[in-house]
Amino acid sequence: MIRTFRLVPTVALAFALLGSVANAQTIKIGVNEPLTGAFAASGTYVVNGAKIAADEINAKGGILGKKLELVIEDNKSNPTEAAAVAEKLITSDKVPVLMGAWGSSLTLAVMPKLMEYETPMVVETSSSGKITTTGNPYIFRISPPSAIEAAAFKGIVDKLELKKVDFLVINNDWGRGTAEDFSKMMKEKGIAVGAVETMDQGAQDMSAQLSKLKGTDSETIIVTTAVDQLTLIFKQAAALGLKKRIITTGGSQNPDQIIAQAGAAANGTMHLTTFLPWFPEKTPNPEATSYFIAEWKKRGYDFAGCTESFRGYDGIRTAAAAIEKAGKAEPAAIKAALWDIKVKGLNGDIVFRKSGPEGKESGQSQPNVYLIEITDGKIGMKTL
Amino acid sequence: MSEFLQHLINMLVLGGTYALLGIGLTLIFGIMNVVNFTHGVLYTFGAYIMFIVVHQLGINFFLALPLAVVAGWLLGAAIELTLLRPLRGSDIDTTMLVMIGAWIAMQSGALWIWGGVAKSVATPFPEAPLVLGPVSVSWLRLFVLAAAAMLIVVTYLLINRTKLGCAMRATFQDQDTASLMGVNVDLIYTSTFAIGSSLAAAAGALLGPVYVIFPQMGDLAAVKAFAIVILGGLGNITGAVIGGFILALAEELGAGYVSSGYRDAMGFLIIIAVLIFKPTGLFARSERVG
Repeated sequence: MIRTFRLVPTVALAFALLGSVANAQTIKIGVNEPLTGAFAASGTYVVNGAKIAADEINAKGGILGKKLELVIEDNKSNPTEAAAVAEKLITSDKVPVLMGAWGSSLTLAVMPKLMEYETPMVVETSSSGKITTTGNPYIFRISPPSAIEAAAFKGIVDKLELKKVDFLVINNDWGRGTAEDFSKMMKEKGIAVGAVETMDQGAQDMSAQLSKLKGTDSETIIVTTAVDQLTLIFKQAAALGLKKRIITTGGSQNPDQIIAQAGAAANGTMHLTTFLPWFPEKTPNPEATSYFIAEWKKRGYDFAGCTESFRGYDGIRTAAAAIEKAGKAEPAAIKAALWDIKVKGLNGDIVFRKSGPEGKESGQSQPNVYLIEITDGKIGMKTL
Repeated sequence: MSEFLQHLINMLVLGGTYALLGIGLTLIFGIMNVVNFTHGVLYTFGAYIMFIVVHQLGINFFLALPLAVVAGWLLGAAIELTLLRPLRGSDIDTTMLVMIGAWIAMQSGALWIWGGVAKSVATPFPEAPLVLGPVSVSWLRLFVLAAAAMLIVVTYLLINRTKLGCAMRATFQDQDTASLMGVNVDLIYTSTFAIGSSLAAAAGALLGPVYVIFPQMGDLAAVKAFAIVILGGLGNITGAVIGGFILALAEELGAGYVSSGYRDAMGFLIIIAVLIFKPTGLFARSERVG
């Protein structure tokens, strides 16, 4: 028995040594995503998209003559875990660049670690304004902050004849930031803002909030959260006989999943999204979009996940392009190179512009935003 | 006014399931004195049984419910036989640590088998709600309320009116005396744990289709179940039922009229108040302490 116990550490050490030798042949990108918890569905889609990008890059010979390796860790939809995962990826796996961390609160928790270890991160999904305005020069965001979403939406509010809106948002940096930015835009347009209701990220019963919103004099509700909670909201709103117009923001709606799971309750709802997998010809880079969608289907993934997974695909391609440009897999060189790249993203060219306080600006790309509407279980595009 | 009525209807529906969660735990935590951290996982397990039976085996929705109850019973009996029986007589801390271990292992098992992405169960109920004047409620939730009420009544009768229930109460009051009176104590321990577990699984099977099913769904449910048991007093079935409705009422009115951001905090504010002013629970009869 004692002998077995002695054997175990020796074998473990041998594996660890072998492992590090093998790893020297690859270039790593750390992926920090929620694979369990409230955002499991979304995080898993992003990771699947990231894998498509890595496989595509490796099939073309990798980067700098080495294979690209994704080190994927689960942040459990929990900010504390997200920070711990970032630390583990940087110090133990020695990744020179990260992609993550899906949710705004998750990304905000990771940001001090990026400063501490001077390692850049491509932010693929988070939309809180704070991420690129607090002066963290290691942040390079390819998703639109809620202010860009609000600005894009501004053009259509007259057509929708909005008079008074209520908000129902997830109670974190993402939801509260969206309510703030959209309220500001609405007020500029002379639209009244009524109740702002929040829900916990793990909450499954929103009947109380919806009952309250049913009784207000607003005609529209702006809802911000991820797909699982949205599905529940549409079902519960229908059960309460709530007949107001619902517009969702944030781009994590997976409209096909809503149609599949909420059924008729999804009809008449509108969604601000950042990708158009239903109309590849209308996207900025139709060829890349078609390749990605074909690959996604070939792997047997649910089509509904495309609106989420494309971010993982674009995020990894962005990080890889920066490594290529830097000529070496070192954090400082990659950070500098991120400012000089131009990637043909599925939702427009990815070019980073400076955002935030002078001298320590974060990078922010300007992706497109679209409004879609579900009618009779089908998705249609509204022109913004 | 119509908003208030709607909140009351919501409270009734939510309270029914909270009560079901509470009575399952009060049997185990209150009567057996086992801090059952696996209660939430058994709730999750019941929901996944529902999903498997309806979507993978293609069996009728209404048949899936009794199957989930039976599966919960079996899993509960297995936990008692393998983990709790060898620990009988050891202190509460040891048992608690073992149950925490079982909770983590089972939750990770669920994650391993079914993945982290939420699943939803199709139901045979119409999507259009039942409209009663200014309020409406979904048919599925009415069914859940009715089924929960039925299970609560059955459990109450089982504990208070049957020979098994009598033996259960006797065993946990005084094990030695019960044993001398011819009660098979081992059997009583196993059946009590199994009954409590099957109620948790039933709650999961009922609520899984209302919400979505994922491996961590039981965590919040377990926290609420503990809150309800403390509210109602340990081992008090009527107390757990009323506690369930009080928690639901506090959440509904708290979210509706105070702040929706603090919805889940409302219940715990009540618990803190109860623990300060009436630590044996709201409905505990006066008894000698110590």
